[in-house]
Amino acid sequence: MSAQTSWTVAGVREALASKKVSAKELASEFYVRIEKRNPELNAYLTLSPERAYEQAARIDAAVSRGEALPVLAGVPIAVKDVISTTGIRTTCGSKILENYVPPYDATTVERLERAGAVILGKTNCDEFAMGSSNENSAYGPVRNPVATDRVPGGSSGGSAAVVAAGLAVASLGTDTGGSIRQPGSFCGIPGLMPTYGRVSRYGLVAFASSLDKIGPFTGNIADTAAVLGAIAGHDPNDSTSAAVPVENYLAEIEKPAKGMRIGVPEDYFGEGLDPEVKEKVQAGIALLESLGCQRIPLQMPHTDYAIAAYYIIATAEASSNLARYDGVRYGLRVPGSTLIDMYRKTRERGFGPEVKRRIMLGTYALSSGYYDAYYLRAQKVRALIARDFSDAFQKVDAILTPTAPTPAFRIGEKSSDPLQMYLADIYTVTGSLAGVPGISVPCGKTKAGLPVGMQIFGPHFREGSVLRLARAFENAGGFTI
Amino acid sequence: MKISREEVLRVAELAHLELSPEEIDTYRGQLDEILSYIDKLKELEVTGVEPMAQVNFHSDAPQVAESHPELREDVLRRCDVADAVLARATDAEKPFFRVPKVIER
Repeated sequence: MSAQTSWTVAGVREALASKKVSAKELASEFYVRIEKRNPELNAYLTLSPERAYEQAARIDAAVSRGEALPVLAGVPIAVKDVISTTGIRTTCGSKILENYVPPYDATTVERLERAGAVILGKTNCDEFAMGSSNENSAYGPVRNPVATDRVPGGSSGGSAAVVAAGLAVASLGTDTGGSIRQPGSFCGIPGLMPTYGRVSRYGLVAFASSLDKIGPFTGNIADTAAVLGAIAGHDPNDSTSAAVPVENYLAEIEKPAKGMRIGVPEDYFGEGLDPEVKEKVQAGIALLESLGCQRIPLQMPHTDYAIAAYYIIATAEASSNLARYDGVRYGLRVPGSTLIDMYRKTRERGFGPEVKRRIMLGTYALSSGYYDAYYLRAQKVRALIARDFSDAFQKVDAILTPTAPTPAFRIGEKSSDPLQMYLADIYTVTGSLAGVPGISVPCGKTKAGLPVGMQIFGPHFREGSVLRLARAFENAGGFTI
Repeated sequence: MKISREEVLRVAELAHLELSPEEIDTYRGQLDEILSYIDKLKELEVTGVEPMAQVNFHSDAPQVAESHPELREDVLRRCDVADAVLARATDAEKPFFRVPKVIER
């Protein structure tokens, strides 16, 4: 048994190939750690040891036959509980799906296992991925492993926490308005939102279909590249996944960052930004300049309208997508005297407060008499925000911003004020609306020891250059600046 | 207030949510605050802007978009999932889901 505490994708492969550890031993080592730490963090909702050990046995057999090992061979991975897994309960952090066991795997899960990954279990999240703190889970909040009185961010809080706490080597999260990048920032690890259409969503429980993306949390950028490479690419089962060739990310990250043009939009450094976060991110940008990147000031004039547009579009789509939870085919059913009565009672009891609030807002925005004023107008503003990005990418290769205006806040600090919680998504929702890729990378810590995140956006389908910059930043010590 | 109690009730009915009286008051206050914030969208001039409903994958390659590479052939495939699907329902009798009477409202 290994004494190693911090594993990487490459480290796992090497240890397996040289027979220092077996995939089975490694999985069991992670389950021991989970058993110790998860009761406090509440980051895993369901563990899947049977499936994990079956996969580990397949990997160990391949090792003993001397076969070439796939890229994620034996790597213990966690999956956010909005992504379907055959035979493993998938709750979406909601009471309405408390006992739901999907009959099929999401394409991302299938691809991870085909690449050799060992899926340890499913992670806690805000209900139906709606939230920025993980406090909206029906199964209780997740604690930030860096500071356990604080939130891990959301909605993929569990997926971020397990990687930051060493309870998985990597994990999948989902990002609709910042739900991978912001928890990555709060927990001090890289979290990547790929381009809209880069990764198949077949088997992802839908929240806002024009915005939802699946992406990885990892401990380092080489691992981000490895996991993204395993899950990216067109899927015949998802017509919203793009038939655009997948770059070789592990090769891309080896290229130097020198000469890259990095755009810095002043609109992201104004009022509301915590001074310590600002200082760290500016130091991060200066570090990239010292590596030979060319800094270019940018204006992205519609940034200030992104939250308003996002919360109309995302809730409108959610109100439609969540209409399926009616007690008829799967999930909770509360008996009623008529069909409508059954729908209403089921949804009243099954959904939590934030989900109901968003369904109400979205239904209102789409309802007769308000459609033009809210939904249609929000879609037009979305086009203006997307234009800010396409204009910027005429001049730069990447855009650098803070990921979130503050470090992780305390559990309970913002949960009573929904609008204040929404406003904290200001720097992430812009890229979500434009559909561009974005990563949050660690960028030092505040004096109180809380992680700060720097966000890097790139043009559509250019995850390679985003990761290349992220890797150069990591190699230059930017993560601990 | 931007949103009346009657409107909250109407929206809840459209969304099939049976809200308690406390929830109605809470949501009314919160939706009012959120909608007041969202009013800032009205500051922008959007005449002539095409609404954006979806990210266009092939915006820089119209010839690719034209060939619809994401779509597969429309051919029948075997799909033996009825038992697995019905097994997840609270009340089913193959090949049906059973629900309460629908004729009363």
